[in-house]
Amino acid sequence: MLATVAVALPLPAAAVDAGQPAPAFALPRAAGDVLTLESLQGRVVFVDFWASWCAPCKRSFPWMNELQKKYGDKGLAVVAINVDKRRADADRFLAQVPASFAVVYDPAGTAPAAYGVKGMPSSYLVDARGNVVEVESGFNDERAAALEARIRALIAAR
Amino acid sequence: MRLRCLTILAAATLVLGGCAGFAPPKPWEKGDLARPSMQFDADVLAAKTTQHIYASKEGATGGYGVGGGGCGCN
Repeated sequence: MLATVAVALPLPAAAVDAGQPAPAFALPRAAGDVLTLESLQGRVVFVDFWASWCAPCKRSFPWMNELQKKYGDKGLAVVAINVDKRRADADRFLAQVPASFAVVYDPAGTAPAAYGVKGMPSSYLVDARGNVVEVESGFNDERAAALEARIRALIAAR
Repeated sequence: MRLRCLTILAAATLVLGGCAGFAPPKPWEKGDLARPSMQFDADVLAAKTTQHIYASKEGATGGYGVGGGGCGCN
């Protein structure tokens, strides 16, 4: 019986850490066109995993809008990956908290599984070469300033 | 009869092993758990009142619910 238990237990997904290459993704936007991480190579990418039922996500959106506004034309791309099972939930959230950055949809959860997301929200700062430099779990106002400084440095170094 | 009982017990024990395959939901799969209908308390205000009564009359506090609405962010 122990053997059945051992076989049935799923292997824990390896979480992506700073210094590792960011796992690739190809996910559809609202309009239907597919956005890939590869297509953003050469830009600093802020990958954020969010869901309509995640309260801190609501607070992170205005901050990410600000990031997109300040650094969007300087080499930063903010990509928010929605993990809601029902698209209507995500749409309701976006009606309340508009997003001026790229939003893609992953109801199957393949991208969060590949990144080994440990909590919602989770963000990954990816440099221009496609490597993860910072992993953030949860949204924290105090961390926001430090992250922004890091983004500025990455844009300058790119 | 005895043998039959034993067989059923053995079968039940073996089948139970299959339950180990049910992994807890991943952090990004907790949308359904976060729905209001999945909360223990139907009414937030009533729940608060009850907790207040427990705290003020019985000195009892804590041990109810988890912060973060099941989003796995705490």
